[in-house]
Amino acid sequence: MDRVDVGRKILSANETYALKNRRLLDRYGKPCFNLISSPGSGKTTLLVRTITALMQTLRIGVIEGDLQTDIDAERIRATKAPAIQINTEGACHLSASQVNRALEQLPVEGLDVVFIENVGNLVCPSAFELGEDGKIVVLSVAEGDDKPVKYPGIFAKSKVLLVNKIDMLKGGFVDFDLDRVRRDARKLNQTIEIFPVSARTGEGMQPWYDWLTRQVRGRS
Amino acid sequence: MHEAAVAQSLIEVISEEARKHCAKPIRAKMSCGELNRINDEVLSFAFEAVAKDTLCEGMTLRIEHKPLQARCKTCGHMYAVDISSTQCPDCGGGDFELLPDAPLVLDEIEFERTDDGQSGRRQEDPERQ
Repeated sequence: MDRVDVGRKILSANETYALKNRRLLDRYGKPCFNLISSPGSGKTTLLVRTITALMQTLRIGVIEGDLQTDIDAERIRATKAPAIQINTEGACHLSASQVNRALEQLPVEGLDVVFIENVGNLVCPSAFELGEDGKIVVLSVAEGDDKPVKYPGIFAKSKVLLVNKIDMLKGGFVDFDLDRVRRDARKLNQTIEIFPVSARTGEGMQPWYDWLTRQVRGRS
Repeated sequence: MHEAAVAQSLIEVISEEARKHCAKPIRAKMSCGELNRINDEVLSFAFEAVAKDTLCEGMTLRIEHKPLQARCKTCGHMYAVDISSTQCPDCGGGDFELLPDAPLVLDEIEFERTDDGQSGRRQEDPERQ
């Protein structure tokens, strides 16, 4: 038996496409964020509210990932923002090659920022680089405050944590300790920006808009 | 369940190496970090299924889990950190810095030895045929 040291990254084929995406985005100088969460945390509602609120200042384009349907892309297009839907047909995450094809269809040059809304899943999407500038994890309060310790990978790798549906806290509909989430997320990731928001009512959204605007303006 | 996608990529990388060495792969060892964790049972099952009718059919796969490393900001001690109990084992401090997690890496492959004790390099490169 001959043993050979290999030392190769297993997901290198995906990373090659992620690099292609990065180059395409860099060619136009556009930032790109990969939105990751459980299903139903409010990613699309967050995007719709953000696109509408910043319509006069930021041109946002979206790549939507879902197992099936183009419901989410239609919701984005209703705001007049361009959206490309990817159907993964059962796959639990978006791969960089799928995003590459979608980026070629998106009018990147005329945009200020690109969002990739990943398939609803807190685990698998965190393993696949798409060429983004950063991951943004969305956690809705109804999911519980133990998620950073239960799913550490995505909280450790994200630039931003959006804690969504905070309007539910006031009604006393859920028990959720925001301080615990802050503490646990910061243990894993000391630089993570945390914005408690309600995409439904608009509460807390301004600091998030300011952060996003700084990411875009910081490049130009 | 991204283990199926990892199994597919793993087989592509191993097959590429096998063609390069002109030898049949028998065993492979890979490693992953705590934040890029892979489930051994699910990956092994997926690997076996995807390997069918490829150069990798019948191979065994060993998966090494590398612990997450932290550096204590109080005393500088480096330690394997457990997410649910993060205190420094040396000074008891709770202020630490996480070091980069290990990615998914194919570390080594063992190839079948040919009769003359070589790993098959004497054979013609199948890509040239």
